[in-house]
Amino acid sequence: MSDIPSELQYTKSHEWIRMLPEQKIEMGITDHAQAALGDLVYVEVPEIGKQLAAGGVCAVVESVKAASDVYSPVAGTVVASNTALAERPELLNESPYTAGWLVRIELDAAASVPVLLDADAYARYVAASAD
Amino acid sequence: MGLKTSLYDSHLREAAKIVDFGGWDMPLHYGSQIDEHHAVRGDAAMFDVSHMAQIDLRGERTAPFLRRLLANDVAKLREPGKGLYSCMLRDDGGVVDDLIVYAMTPTWFRMVANAGTRAKDLAWLRAAAAPFEVDVIERPDLAMIAVQGPKARAKAATLFTPDAAARVCALGAFASAAFALAPVFATAEFRLPDAAASASGDCLVARTGYTGEDGFEISVPGFAGPAVWAALRGAGVLPAGLGARDTLRLEAGLSLYGNDLDEEHDPLASGVAWTVAFEPSDRDFIGRRSLEALRAAPSLRLRGLVLEDRGVLRSHQPVETASGPGAITSGTFSPTMNRAIALARLPAGSDGAAQVEIRGRKLAARIVDPPFVRHGKILVPM
Repeated sequence: MSDIPSELQYTKSHEWIRMLPEQKIEMGITDHAQAALGDLVYVEVPEIGKQLAAGGVCAVVESVKAASDVYSPVAGTVVASNTALAERPELLNESPYTAGWLVRIELDAAASVPVLLDADAYARYVAASAD
Repeated sequence: MGLKTSLYDSHLREAAKIVDFGGWDMPLHYGSQIDEHHAVRGDAAMFDVSHMAQIDLRGERTAPFLRRLLANDVAKLREPGKGLYSCMLRDDGGVVDDLIVYAMTPTWFRMVANAGTRAKDLAWLRAAAAPFEVDVIERPDLAMIAVQGPKARAKAATLFTPDAAARVCALGAFASAAFALAPVFATAEFRLPDAAASASGDCLVARTGYTGEDGFEISVPGFAGPAVWAALRGAGVLPAGLGARDTLRLEAGLSLYGNDLDEEHDPLASGVAWTVAFEPSDRDFIGRRSLEALRAAPSLRLRGLVLEDRGVLRSHQPVETASGPGAITSGTFSPTMNRAIALARLPAGSDGAAQVEIRGRKLAARIVDPPFVRHGKILVPM
């Protein structure tokens, strides 16, 4: 059973979102996603200042097996990227919700956070898609 | 729901992540494919390769048949048990499959071919075998376990009786020893159920593999597979999945059918030119005339790439060299080198620097000659 912290929100594409003060979010990929991908060996994070569209690709994570895109649920500007992952991509496997965070985004003034899944809904979604 | 090997339940007990591979439900990894990779390079691990096609070829004219069928020459197999890697080719030189064939007796050869090409191979074999009156007998009753790594032979030898252990430990590369099951696995600690009923050749121990490390490929009847697997676990051999098998074979520079080898390309352009036996010049194997023409004017070669930038090389990524364009046929992240590596089909004569296009960006790579890693050591300049 994968770890799904109750204080976070989730997407159906297996990203997690942590709400930060001042219209900012932190995001990464879920424990379920890292387990499905297997040993991660390469992570590409965006540069600070990059403009992201809602639903656009904001990072690429690659396991030995395959490359996988990570999508931003919001429109905004990258304010921080986890550059430690370049040297230690395994942090994504070990601590997907803490040391393995990918990117922090400041929402555009006009943007709003879309409706996301809470932990219970995400857990049900993962269980249903496993059947 | 795919086909299952006799070891399927053994994999589930080890919490394997199961994936579809050519219609078979096979273990991808048992937790960490990188850990499994390192276990093979540094110690010993085992792979279930029971999905591969094991085929017996029997008849008075089996050797002449194989000298016609295969690009490599079974006349090199001068002792019983010796094995040989070869491609079988179409008339135009395209590769039908790559395989290993063992000379069991003068009139009996055992072939091990790829799982995904089983139906095509059997049809091809039967059509080619008919004029030679050679029987093509599939052996789906046999399981196969590949035990690989620097400590693989010593750990596997503990399963056998002292006589059998001495025989398998004395095997040279690509040699094999055939046994009936009962006397081989008759130690006090380890007896196989129903082993008494087996015939000679039901247990074949070959010093072969697909990882660039030493080891054995052990073929036994499916009913004995789980007991052998469990005994090897007891001897300290870790399970490893198809994920590690792919990174290991790629580091070892070994071509994979479907990626680096296919019907559209000849063996000279697929990294296996060394397995084509042009001598003796009067041996008329299928595909020979096409290869003679290609040999005079080579156009493509399978080479190695090491990525100098960060990223992961994957099949089908385009490559630019000073001699022209090419493409990656197999790419991965090398756990031993901590770098992305690939096999790529490139213009003959290309060397030095290359560029690989990944998601619209051109990254720097270096052309090298595989293998990248053998016997635990990195062989290309880093």
